[in-house]
Amino acid sequence: MNLHDTADPLDDAVLAARLFALAPQVFKGMVLRGNSPAREALVTALGVGVTLRRMPGHVDDERLLGGIDLAASLSSGRPIRQTGLIEEARGGALLAAMAERLDGAIAGRLAQALDEGGAAVVLLDDATEPEEAPPQSLSERLAFACDLAASRRWQGVELVPAMGTLAHVAPLDDDALRALAATAEALGVDSVRALIFAGEAARGLAALEGRALTDRSDLASAVRLVLAPRATRLPPQEAPDTPPDDQPPPPPDGERDDNSDGEQQQQEPDLSDLLVEAAKAAIPADLLASLAQGKAPRRSASSGTGQKRKAATRGKPLGARPGMPRGGAKLALIDSLRAAVPWQAVRLRELGRETGADPASPILMRKEDLRIRRFEERTARVTIFAVDASGSAAAARLAEAKGAVELMLAQAYVTRSEVALVAFRGTSAELLLPPTRSLTRARRTLAELPGGGGTPLALGLNAAREVAEAVIAKGRSAALVILTDGRANIAADGSPGRPQAAADAETAAKAIAARGIDALVVDISARPGPEGAALAQTLGGRFLALPRADAKLLTAAINAVQPIGKAA
Amino acid sequence: MARFPFSAIVGQDEMKQALLIAAVDPSIGGVMVFGDRGTGKSTAARALAGLLPPIMAAEGCLYGCSKEDQARYPGVCSTGKMVSRPVPFVDMPLGATEDRVIGSLDLERALRSGEKAFEPGLLAKAHRGFLYIDEINLLEDHLVDLLLDVAASGENVVEREGLSVRHPAKFVLIGSGNPEEGELRPQLLDRFGLSVEVRSPKDIEVRIAIMRLVAENERDPESFAARWAGEDEAILKRVAKGKARLTKLEAGEDVLRDAAELCLAVGADGLRGELTLMRAARALAALEGAKSVTRKHLIAIAPLALRHRLRRDVLDETGSTVRITRAIAELFG
Repeated sequence: MNLHDTADPLDDAVLAARLFALAPQVFKGMVLRGNSPAREALVTALGVGVTLRRMPGHVDDERLLGGIDLAASLSSGRPIRQTGLIEEARGGALLAAMAERLDGAIAGRLAQALDEGGAAVVLLDDATEPEEAPPQSLSERLAFACDLAASRRWQGVELVPAMGTLAHVAPLDDDALRALAATAEALGVDSVRALIFAGEAARGLAALEGRALTDRSDLASAVRLVLAPRATRLPPQEAPDTPPDDQPPPPPDGERDDNSDGEQQQQEPDLSDLLVEAAKAAIPADLLASLAQGKAPRRSASSGTGQKRKAATRGKPLGARPGMPRGGAKLALIDSLRAAVPWQAVRLRELGRETGADPASPILMRKEDLRIRRFEERTARVTIFAVDASGSAAAARLAEAKGAVELMLAQAYVTRSEVALVAFRGTSAELLLPPTRSLTRARRTLAELPGGGGTPLALGLNAAREVAEAVIAKGRSAALVILTDGRANIAADGSPGRPQAAADAETAAKAIAARGIDALVVDISARPGPEGAALAQTLGGRFLALPRADAKLLTAAINAVQPIGKAA
Repeated sequence: MARFPFSAIVGQDEMKQALLIAAVDPSIGGVMVFGDRGTGKSTAARALAGLLPPIMAAEGCLYGCSKEDQARYPGVCSTGKMVSRPVPFVDMPLGATEDRVIGSLDLERALRSGEKAFEPGLLAKAHRGFLYIDEINLLEDHLVDLLLDVAASGENVVEREGLSVRHPAKFVLIGSGNPEEGELRPQLLDRFGLSVEVRSPKDIEVRIAIMRLVAENERDPESFAARWAGEDEAILKRVAKGKARLTKLEAGEDVLRDAAELCLAVGADGLRGELTLMRAARALAALEGAKSVTRKHLIAIAPLALRHRLRRDVLDETGSTVRITRAIAELFG
């Protein structure tokens, strides 16, 4: 197999890694996206020149920032500090695997350390879904982002050491700066930080080859490496007129008079056009696709997952707070000891004065030292579909509803949300699918869902409310998506008759509104009437009329109105 | 409890083959078993671990360090003497806490002698052996995260409670779960080299045979084990020979091309699928004692190596296995 005959995403990543290794403090780090053998090889190669210190996702503040060394403090009887990981990684870089899952608090600490200087971070982003991404506060502060998911290479990756240093490269001239700024503008890159990175990258590229001056290809590469991955819009088809390229290039001034390519620039294409072209070619394909659709580029997962909740008994450990261990709260022994350590000498003296007790007594703990553990539990969000399977809702549209449920379920493992399904038709409502994340199971249940018969809307609403209440009782959040035309004709007791059915439906809807459950009414019938909107109003929820929606459109619409998994 | 002999497990050939391949070449990655409860998943994994030749590890070492580990992690393991010990098999309970999995500060020693000591967790125990997680799809998210990280890097890095410890943790991850009870995160799924689907045997005769064997084992485990010792021994030899042969086998250009074409045809994303497919075919050839890796090996192992890597189309209900067999038929006739 010819693995080396085409351009591979690894090529640019190697270039970025060489720049990073040249000056870790300047470029701050890189985001390496895509779990692939290529990335593993690159990280290994990077580790040769830069000391990479692995930072596990479950690192605590104590180790990250430094703090009191418990064991040493206890044995010496006075507080002894120890350095944190950020301090220890100084000069090298911290390596964070699965950065898309990185905790926001840790990201904040790292961002702060990056701003203070001296720290550098390499993020390994394993995200496979557009909803996932490392915290933006962090990735924005790192010069480079490379996507290696599609790379076909993994052998023979090494970083050729630079021939020069950044300090020996002259600062960029005004032309270059202007062209970079214009390119950033064209790509919709607002951050000045990105612009600074791009400039330094251009100089770094010259340094790699031991040159003292940057040239056009350096600028083009810098744009490709730094600005293109940050693009938020496609550059206009024609080059923008904004850069003052109609002015003649400023005459080379004294300190930079060795810049002799003045006349060359007259013949070559405009620098900012060149840079925009370079960027265009490097904008990641998926970004391109989402930009072309007018969508925002992917953003951090922190908002896409279930609601976070502080819990006392289970979940991811969060740290401790002062308190008494009771009511299920667990004592955080280490934190309690840590709180007690600084006071030992004082307390021993006090104790000795008061009672003349043995100074070699064990640790003197007081009530105010006690700390209890806190955990973070992500509350799963459960979206409950109440599907009108009656004849009036046009059984034909049932297929779309089924498809929408399946599509939303397919996203469920990303957003950690669950889906339940209540169907109502004839004279009954039935919980067909209890809250689940299982696609397999949902698909089977949905396939068996029949249609036709009357519209017992009140029964359907009641059943949906009961599911929602059970979900809430388990500490999770619930949202209702009701697919119906709202034309109730079966009353709550199962007897036919429009007026009673409508009154019962209104009562049921009010009960849902009173519980404060989020609701969305989607009318997918061919000719939406006023009933659906009225129902939504009684529910205190929103209304969507989608007379011609297919499964995909329906999912998109529901997501847009009420993003699954997002906290209400 | 005496372990059930590997060779006495009735049926479930695909699962047994996957486990043996993982034993021949642990670098393939773990085995994910999809299926119902009570289909012999944990029995098979446990039996395999008990069957493998003992490993040489530093005496008293809590991590089971080999000579190479000692050189790589000088701070972790100091005793020099190598003694043999059985291949570790660690059963990770679903409700395990983070502390228990990655290890924690040894409080007793910290309080008594002011010594900062690390109390190794399950990951340390599983080093060079098997880590078995039943119902892995129900495992809490933050545990999945840390498992993924360790499985990928082969070492456990602990930076908490004032501890800063790095120790080797290379293990064959064996997961099992029922997809009806929840999906597995794609990143975790991707970590598994092979996946198999097991079902409870529907054949009455097979079920009776299983019941008979289990009853015999319970009645008199020793003589039961003795009766199967010969066959277990034969399997052990096959694995040992396969391991030795593995280094000599290299997949040729044609097999590599086949692997690439097949991955492309079924839409298995990424290079990892191809590499795993190639390695698994090689391990299978080694296990069978073949002289070279051929297309036959590739075809035999392709469903196991690829079925969990296919891009999912929610609205397409065709099973992954069917898609792979179809692609094989189209490509290779």
